[in-house]
Amino acid sequence: MKVLVKLKNDIVKHPWVYLMFLPVAAFYILFCYVPMGGAVIAFNDYSPRAGIFGSEWVGFKWFIEFFRDIYFFRLMRNTFLLNVYDIIIGFPAPILIAILLNELRARHYKSAVQTMMYMPNFISMVVLCGIITDFCITEGVVNDVLGWFGMEPVNWMMEQMAFKPIFIISNLWQYAGWSSIIYVAALSGVSQELYDAADVDGCGRVKKVLHVTLPALMPTIVIMFILRLGNIMTVGFEKVILLYNPLTYETADVISSYVYRRGVLEANYSYATAVGLFNSVLNFGFLLLANWMSRRTTEQSLW
Amino acid sequence: MRASCKRRPGDLAANLLIAVVLGLFAIFCLYPILYVLFASFSDPRLLNQHTGLLFYPLDFTVEGYTVAASYAGVWTGYLNTILVVTAGTALNIFMTILGAYVLSRRDLYLHRAANLLVVFTMFFNGGLVPTYLTVKNLGLIDNRLALILPVAISTWNLIILRTSIEALPQSLIESARIDGANDVVILFRIVLPLVKATIAVLVLYYAVGHWNSWVNAMLYIKDRSKYPLQLILREILIENTSNAATQSVGNLSELDQYKQLVKYCTTMIATAPILFIYPFLQKYFVKGVMIGAVKG
Repeated sequence: MKVLVKLKNDIVKHPWVYLMFLPVAAFYILFCYVPMGGAVIAFNDYSPRAGIFGSEWVGFKWFIEFFRDIYFFRLMRNTFLLNVYDIIIGFPAPILIAILLNELRARHYKSAVQTMMYMPNFISMVVLCGIITDFCITEGVVNDVLGWFGMEPVNWMMEQMAFKPIFIISNLWQYAGWSSIIYVAALSGVSQELYDAADVDGCGRVKKVLHVTLPALMPTIVIMFILRLGNIMTVGFEKVILLYNPLTYETADVISSYVYRRGVLEANYSYATAVGLFNSVLNFGFLLLANWMSRRTTEQSLW
Repeated sequence: MRASCKRRPGDLAANLLIAVVLGLFAIFCLYPILYVLFASFSDPRLLNQHTGLLFYPLDFTVEGYTVAASYAGVWTGYLNTILVVTAGTALNIFMTILGAYVLSRRDLYLHRAANLLVVFTMFFNGGLVPTYLTVKNLGLIDNRLALILPVAISTWNLIILRTSIEALPQSLIESARIDGANDVVILFRIVLPLVKATIAVLVLYYAVGHWNSWVNAMLYIKDRSKYPLQLILREILIENTSNAATQSVGNLSELDQYKQLVKYCTTMIATAPILFIYPFLQKYFVKGVMIGAVKG
């Protein structure tokens, strides 16, 4: 009761502020918290007619079914491996770009290069994947270029072996430039005096990178790495469903694309929700783990 | 200042190497789009025979664009997209301003609770299927509102604006309040003019987001006359059903030749607005990341 009285007094004191918050709260409740509550259908046998709470409760049936699913291993493997490859290749790339940009002295050249490599970030996923597909089909540019080295043309979009490399390399194209901004921002705060002092101490260029630039980047790298590890079981389905086809499901199908197919296309609402929930919980676990590890080793954490 | 440093003999070579590496990466990023641009202005017959990279249009012609423009889907798609971008961005900005202002008010009794309510959604969400069912149960299937309402606020953008508002001198707001201004006046007459730059950045983010978005349309829109441009594009580029677009071309063998060309042309038609504004506004986009980065 005390809370309500305090709240009432506050509303009387700032009526406009509460009025302003009304639509915002309505949005968050309706489109974020209602779906969160709606995830309980993972534990029942949801049918649209019976409704969320009228359907029969089945406990962990769908989760157990997922663990026994013939695709379970394939989905876990693909989701995990795409992330591991992306961490190995996609995570260091923007850091390297930022360091190189920091070393670049020609200002106009630098901004031209930045403009070019930030651009793919603003082009739609559909267009980017359309270009990727066009380049990778049998008559595509990739085959033309490989042909110079004597390779036979292949329709790479239909090759199981090719899906992950295509996915990872095109990720570089899409995101590496843009992701470097955050590191460039971190470096813009580094005082020139540090570099001058290193000069006086006789540091060469490489040593300055190692002893001035990298330490300045370290806090940002750690935070980004924690966030990245927290997402180690997440692959968005947008790019996957644009690039895969039944021939490449074996190496391309990930948890989210499976949820989309089973849930939206085949209307197995409860099962797909259970798979999605399993994925979310797994991710949250990884985030906590990464955060804990970081706090132990570097005394940095997200919260 | 740098000139006063001793120049080492290896320095020039190193500078050159760095410039070349970054230049190559920039070309890797830009070239695919240039390729599509050149191909879209090429002659379909020459284009089909051509192998390897393109550095200029083959026998410059706008034939492909004429064929692409004769496809009604491209026009309805454009119209739908413009509608969603305009209405969606307006709603986004309105809601984001309200939310950011309220969350920046530390004197509010609900300050912590409200912030928690909002930030929590960045870490956890209901997932694809429950969200889909919520929208469906609201009766928004095949309604363009389904492309606008579920994405009315991007929490990330809200935090960016909240950070900008929090950075304003509190004394300014205090003195306005002493002069008898209520919160509506304070927000629109005092706070907003001071965070104009941030809002401009958010308008760009939201507008580009709407322009490029296709997943919600794929989930919620079944009626083809309401398809946004990106969905039409998906049909033509990915599902390869193009060929609704090439119906106006007469015989079959010619149709095949145009198929590829029309793909390039529709890609350019859909991307041109972004490509035109991007170079001029790039620095504002970058600024948005910087504001966000300070917080993160």
